[in-house]
Amino acid sequence: MGGMTTDIKLIDENGRRVDGRTPDEMRPLKIEAGVLKRADGSAYVEWGLNKVLAAVYGPRECHPRHMQNPTRALVQCKYNMAAFSVDDRKRPGPDRRSQEISKITSEALSHVVFTEYFPRASIDVYVEVLQANAGTRCAGLTAASVALADAGVPMRDLVASCAAGKAAGVVMVDLGKEEDNFGEADIPVGYVPRTKEIVLLQMDGDLTHDEYTKGLNMAIKGCEKVYDIQRDALRRRYEARSLDSDIGAPEGVQKEVA
Amino acid sequence: MSKDVMAELKKDHISKLLTKGTRSDGRGFEEMRELKITTDYIKSAEGSARVQLGGTDVVVGVKLMVGKPFDDTPDKGVLTTNAELIPMASETFESGPPDKESIEISRVIDRGIREGHAVDLSKLCIEKGVEVWIMFLDVHVVDFDGNLFDAANIAANAALKTAVVPAKRAGKGEDYPLPLMHTPISLTAVKIDDKILVDPTHDEERVADARLTVTTIENGNLCAMQKGLEGSFSIEEVFKVIEMSRRLGAETRTRLPG
Repeated sequence: MGGMTTDIKLIDENGRRVDGRTPDEMRPLKIEAGVLKRADGSAYVEWGLNKVLAAVYGPRECHPRHMQNPTRALVQCKYNMAAFSVDDRKRPGPDRRSQEISKITSEALSHVVFTEYFPRASIDVYVEVLQANAGTRCAGLTAASVALADAGVPMRDLVASCAAGKAAGVVMVDLGKEEDNFGEADIPVGYVPRTKEIVLLQMDGDLTHDEYTKGLNMAIKGCEKVYDIQRDALRRRYEARSLDSDIGAPEGVQKEVA
Repeated sequence: MSKDVMAELKKDHISKLLTKGTRSDGRGFEEMRELKITTDYIKSAEGSARVQLGGTDVVVGVKLMVGKPFDDTPDKGVLTTNAELIPMASETFESGPPDKESIEISRVIDRGIREGHAVDLSKLCIEKGVEVWIMFLDVHVVDFDGNLFDAANIAANAALKTAVVPAKRAGKGEDYPLPLMHTPISLTAVKIDDKILVDPTHDEERVADARLTVTTIENGNLCAMQKGLEGSFSIEEVFKVIEMSRRLGAETRTRLPG
């Protein structure tokens, strides 16, 4: 964890957190699918003060060619933070943290994509963090799976992602920035709700076995809530598409608008 | 390509053995390979260790120098971890800038040592905000047969335990032993055909579906975790690996210098 000390009260007398949440309350989450024109699929996630975009290109030919797998497609995620996304300007370009996040996000997504349908291809997923406020890898993975679905990439299920952690001695879901910086532990989880599989799992900090058990369960509960919002975003996307096609209907055909 | 074919053939072999409850080197699923620790291996380093875990051979050196602290931790020393997967150790390692694998390994080792508070960084402050000790933990892999995570973690712990702060050389008083707090030990397990095995060899790693590294400290608390590869874990499997990490980690801890 951040290892920094603070005077901020992470939990007040009433058991409320810095932003007024209870320990099992997530930050507000909004997801919109199909927000970019050029990409094959895209999604925008606003999660608390996090603003994250995901775009999918492909399946397309994999370059360089020696990377190609003759039996299946590669899912290649690139996680990137904008220079202005954090308080102290982040030096542009990949650093070790973002490369690690790219790797584990690619691995989590590969598990749900039917990669065997697209030998030699690459499915490229670009995650751009525009505004960061703790929990960007979860927001990125959540956005990326909606973008993949929006691109029509065949998948076993969506991956939903949410973290839990501990701050001021309290196990809580979805840490905010202060809780992440000054808290004691963080457990980001990527979860496939339909099969109950864990596809992304990290932890740092200090937790007893009981605290960890409680935290992991909280994170998974969070993932289930995220999943509902992801599915809702996709449903809205397809409703919007059917309206689009009405607009393009041939002349003389009466449009039926509800 | 030929490597993929070999991996396929070996996968069949490894799977067949697993159904019989054994592994290609005759070990049980929860059995570590032979561990050999040599400390004070490099005289030019402030602390060092060479660890042989089965066929994996790593050398870790600790170097300390005086430098400026980070702005957000003005009264703490700085820890920097780097893993070099040099071409000498395996035909799959290439020289040049670190790739995704070595970045992940560096960061997982770093997370264990940092979050487990192996070193008391607050005692590495010389003058608040001006001068602190900068500690470099360099992992050099010389022979690779799987499970770099644990071999490097054990070597890092052993090197730290023998390290001396070179205060005299820097004109900062008398030399003193590196101030230590905990011994965070990692345990890595892989999942192959729904079976969980600890301390995987290179062949086992190549055919594994998923990997989980869990780091614990003396009192059994968890301090770091990293899931890797494209497969998944159930919640029960995660807790199984945690139990193994606590049990086998305690055994490994007794092997380290006091």
